[in-house]
Amino acid sequence: MPEKHVAPSTQFGIFTVGDVTPDPTTGRTPTERERINAMVTIAIKAEEVGLDVFATGEHHNPPFVPSSPATLLGYVAARTERLILSTSTTLITTNDPVKIAEDFALLQHLANGRVDLMMGRGNTGPVYPWFGKDIREGISIAVENYALLHRLWRENVVSWEGKFRTPLQGFTSTPRPLDGIPPFVWHGSIRSPEIAEQAAYYGDGFFHNNIFWPADHTKRMIELYRNRYAHYGHGTPEQAIVGLGGQVFMRRNSQDAVREFRPYFDVAPVYGHGSSLEDFTEQTPLTVGSPQQVIEKTLAFREYAGDYQRQLFLMDHAGLPLKTVLEQLDLLGEEVVPVLREEFAKNRPANVPDAPTHASLLALAEAEYTREEVTTG
Amino acid sequence: MRDFAVEIAHTFTNGFPEKTLADAFSAVTEADGLIVVTPVFSASYSGLFKSFFDALSVTDENALAGKPMLIGATGGTARHSLVLDHALRPLFSYLKAVVVPTGVYAASEDWGAEGLNARVARAAGELASLMGRPATLSKPSRQSLEPVPFDQLLTELGQAPSHPEGHRGRRDR
Repeated sequence: MPEKHVAPSTQFGIFTVGDVTPDPTTGRTPTERERINAMVTIAIKAEEVGLDVFATGEHHNPPFVPSSPATLLGYVAARTERLILSTSTTLITTNDPVKIAEDFALLQHLANGRVDLMMGRGNTGPVYPWFGKDIREGISIAVENYALLHRLWRENVVSWEGKFRTPLQGFTSTPRPLDGIPPFVWHGSIRSPEIAEQAAYYGDGFFHNNIFWPADHTKRMIELYRNRYAHYGHGTPEQAIVGLGGQVFMRRNSQDAVREFRPYFDVAPVYGHGSSLEDFTEQTPLTVGSPQQVIEKTLAFREYAGDYQRQLFLMDHAGLPLKTVLEQLDLLGEEVVPVLREEFAKNRPANVPDAPTHASLLALAEAEYTREEVTTG
Repeated sequence: MRDFAVEIAHTFTNGFPEKTLADAFSAVTEADGLIVVTPVFSASYSGLFKSFFDALSVTDENALAGKPMLIGATGGTARHSLVLDHALRPLFSYLKAVVVPTGVYAASEDWGAEGLNARVARAAGELASLMGRPATLSKPSRQSLEPVPFDQLLTELGQAPSHPEGHRGRRDR
């Protein structure tokens, strides 16, 4: 029997891109080693301040360092007790699904089940041919590869044939998932309805990174996923499993936050050299201000996403120094997340599922097994 | 275009149109027909004019699909008049607009001269007759996204659709 667990109904955590970016205020660029070590320090700190999840991106081109997320997460697993280790995202296009099945099942065993992952396609054209793929077939590859991965974790012996990889005959992916429970899968997409559809079809989670786009766009993607989740018979739209990103920079005094973050914002690799900080914070979920402002803006996410299961924040990018990021995590863990947990629990309908964990999925499977034993008897 | 100049540029750094530009995009997308006019700069449309349509098509690649359109340009000399057929027409063919045969080009000497008004009237008549017809392509509503049935995606790849039980997890026994 699984141990009784007290899991949060909404998980809070951080996700990192793993960029090596010069600090625009000093001009100094961290070494790859410094950046990788900083990511580990940040993950450990996340657990210390009471967060639930640490997720890392996967990139195969400079200026990014996390090319091998399972390696990084395995190391973090050994240095944490409680933290759920995840990805943001795992490239379902350029990775072999067999290798994903193996890497993350092994990680599950090492981390005692504290593992889930988020599938993504990757939007960097040149990366695809490095792995023998073509970005123009990105959606098709994602659909086929995930269909295979889904089977590899659920069937002990798989024979399979597809368009994008060599066939498998009587193949067993090892190790088998811990307790026979595949890692929970989120599907991340900013603007592809096919991916929301994929998440709905499998009854998996859907994650919107919610950073670059206005709320009404995020809302449409989540509505599509929720409606299709119900269409495929996994539950009501409200019972679909939704995750959101977000991005914040805090100081006790909001003017200090704006003053300190502006030089990083202005030249940030992803959105710098464009809109003003003020316009961008008004039009996207970015919040730069006091912990109270972050609380208010994050609470409003529910207005367009419904009650949801996971909230991740991007905290360590654009060259912010490690010391600053750790201070941000203190504020997030001590002042913001406790209030969010309390408020998110209020008026949450009883039929909205808690965030899935290994223990909760195991309990569901055990309950189903028992029910089948009784009926088939 | 000058009202949108900065927001057009921001589309390329943000990835999404800001408020005023988003409203302009909606107006264009919802229009029954369009009259697009640019000054000639360096033997082509102005960069800002092109950027508007670049940003529009990044936001919605079918924004102009099937849309009746009249193209026009102004220039300092009549020697640029083929800009309509060598620059604007291929651009809007690519964007799937239905461009009327008569374009309206006005050089400095055309203003007040004979001929311009007749071309305007002919082009306008062509546009009006196109706009009177049923739309060649129906536009999906921008309020909600259209689902892509997943069985179909799997079948196209030769993968047999199954009906997985999803996160409730099924164990091999």
